[in-house]
Amino acid sequence: MIVSRRERWLGQILLIILMIVTIMPFVSLFVTALHKSGTYPAGLSWPDTPHWGNFVDAFKAAEMGQLLWSSVLIEIGVVPVALLISTLAGFALGQLRPPGGRAVFIAFLLGLTLPFEGIIIPLYYQMRDFGLLNTRWAIILPLLGLYMPFAVFWMRAHFINIPDDISEAARIDGANLWQLFWRIHVPLSMPALSSLAILLFLWTWNQFLLAVVLVDDPTQRTMAGALGAFQGQWGTDIPLLCAGSLLILTPTLLVFLIFQRRFVSALLQGSLKG
Amino acid sequence: MAQRLTGLVSGRREGTSPVLGSPESRRRALRARRLRRGGLALTLVAPAALTYFLFVVRPIAQTVQYSFYDWNGVTPSTWVGLANYVALFHDPELSGSIVNAFELIIFFSFVPVILGLFTANTIRGFATSRLAVVARTVLFLPQIIPLVAAGIMWSWQMSTNGLVNQVFRLIGLDGIARAWLGDFDTALPAVGVIGAWVLFGLCMLLLLAGMTKIDPGLYEAARIDGAGPLREFVSITLPSLRQEVVVCVTVTVIAALASFDIVYISTQGGPGNSTLVPGLEIYYLAFFQREVGQASALAVALMALVLAVVLPLQWLNREGDS
Repeated sequence: MIVSRRERWLGQILLIILMIVTIMPFVSLFVTALHKSGTYPAGLSWPDTPHWGNFVDAFKAAEMGQLLWSSVLIEIGVVPVALLISTLAGFALGQLRPPGGRAVFIAFLLGLTLPFEGIIIPLYYQMRDFGLLNTRWAIILPLLGLYMPFAVFWMRAHFINIPDDISEAARIDGANLWQLFWRIHVPLSMPALSSLAILLFLWTWNQFLLAVVLVDDPTQRTMAGALGAFQGQWGTDIPLLCAGSLLILTPTLLVFLIFQRRFVSALLQGSLKG
Repeated sequence: MAQRLTGLVSGRREGTSPVLGSPESRRRALRARRLRRGGLALTLVAPAALTYFLFVVRPIAQTVQYSFYDWNGVTPSTWVGLANYVALFHDPELSGSIVNAFELIIFFSFVPVILGLFTANTIRGFATSRLAVVARTVLFLPQIIPLVAAGIMWSWQMSTNGLVNQVFRLIGLDGIARAWLGDFDTALPAVGVIGAWVLFGLCMLLLLAGMTKIDPGLYEAARIDGAGPLREFVSITLPSLRQEVVVCVTVTVIAALASFDIVYISTQGGPGNSTLVPGLEIYYLAFFQREVGQASALAVALMALVLAVVLPLQWLNREGDS
């Protein structure tokens, strides 16, 4: 491709500026977290003596151990189940194509752009009637339903592109539906499944609205919900708040840096299909 | 692989067909199998459909139902017809929240998409260089952290002592330094900047991915014909990117209209009601002021607004495909 040197230079400078703008808030958060707890430092200034102990204090104040455990429990409740039932549905709609399947699919599509705020009120009363308010179930169950439009859409898009001949051949070799699904289609779907798993993991970890409305106790919430509560409690102690925020961010950042390639492609595909 | 299987299948199919007997009975057998398979298939859809119905469809219907009542969530409700919807237009707090959401679109949607187009176009030429690969990771960071964290970070950046004001003082603009999120005039744009920061990376990378799919030969030809960078962008890049642009606009507009996390953390809708958005207002009305009916009417309006914006965009996309 023909690119003049000047264009290249300009592009690189622009890119570096944008990266700085993206990174600076993280850096500012980090250096502020090192200041003496209770002080009100400037946005970006290295402290005379870095107070690494703030991280320990924040870890204790935020009850990080419990928070992590709670988020993990919610993830375990949501992600595998959502993957399983959406794969079953996507398989049925994309491969078996039953009569009426199209109508079912369109019904799912209608929920694709639903803002969660739209249904949060009935969800509250529903969870109250089930006696599940303030338990992790109040986050897990609605999320399963709320993820279905996207997850079914995603898996159907995958299954519809798999040639029928594969199913046909397996059937003729004597595979029943169960074997066809588990032995042939699930292994073939691994790339689509793992991308979906990443998206669902991230959305659950970062879910805030449901946590704030349906669960009062921060130790029963998702990470994002807990962070909200932490801000409410320690919002005036800036260094401690910064340290706590960083701690709560760390697991996501670690997972992202390990799986970054998959993450980026999953999120890009995810928004393209959505 | 697929082709080999096809050959195999058709060969066997011919071999087995005579066994099935007359065309009539064969057709009947096929139909029976289709029906049985159809029933089985619908069973497989059932778990997904059931959770979707219980936790999405039914709540939507209930929201609509609540919106016609005056209800405090405890005592019996009274039917008020369309009064809650009329209030959406007359009560400045309610209509203001919707106006604010539309103003946020400028920052959440237009800024990331336009800036993303510009950036992606500038770096298109070296999209595979090491710097660009690093940038891919870095610019994506805001997309994976919780919006709550973005809100906390930026509340701190934009406070009186924060980084933003530090930068302004450094370049001699002491006069405009202020508590950005606490000022009636700047709070909403400041919230918008947080959204733009979060959404820019996603838009830029989506657009860049779209640009790398464009045939480089087109650009070569344009350059040979003497087209400048601007002409190139307007005549080649933009038309090829219709799908990606529509996707970016859809995602970001929904993010603006349905914003909650960032506003809740950074301003709680204040100062005054200057940053109040529908999501937050629904939350306050339903769970603090106990005006469940009014909150539901706003929720219905929000869902309708999102659809009203998204459906034409999708239609535009469909048109482009055919």
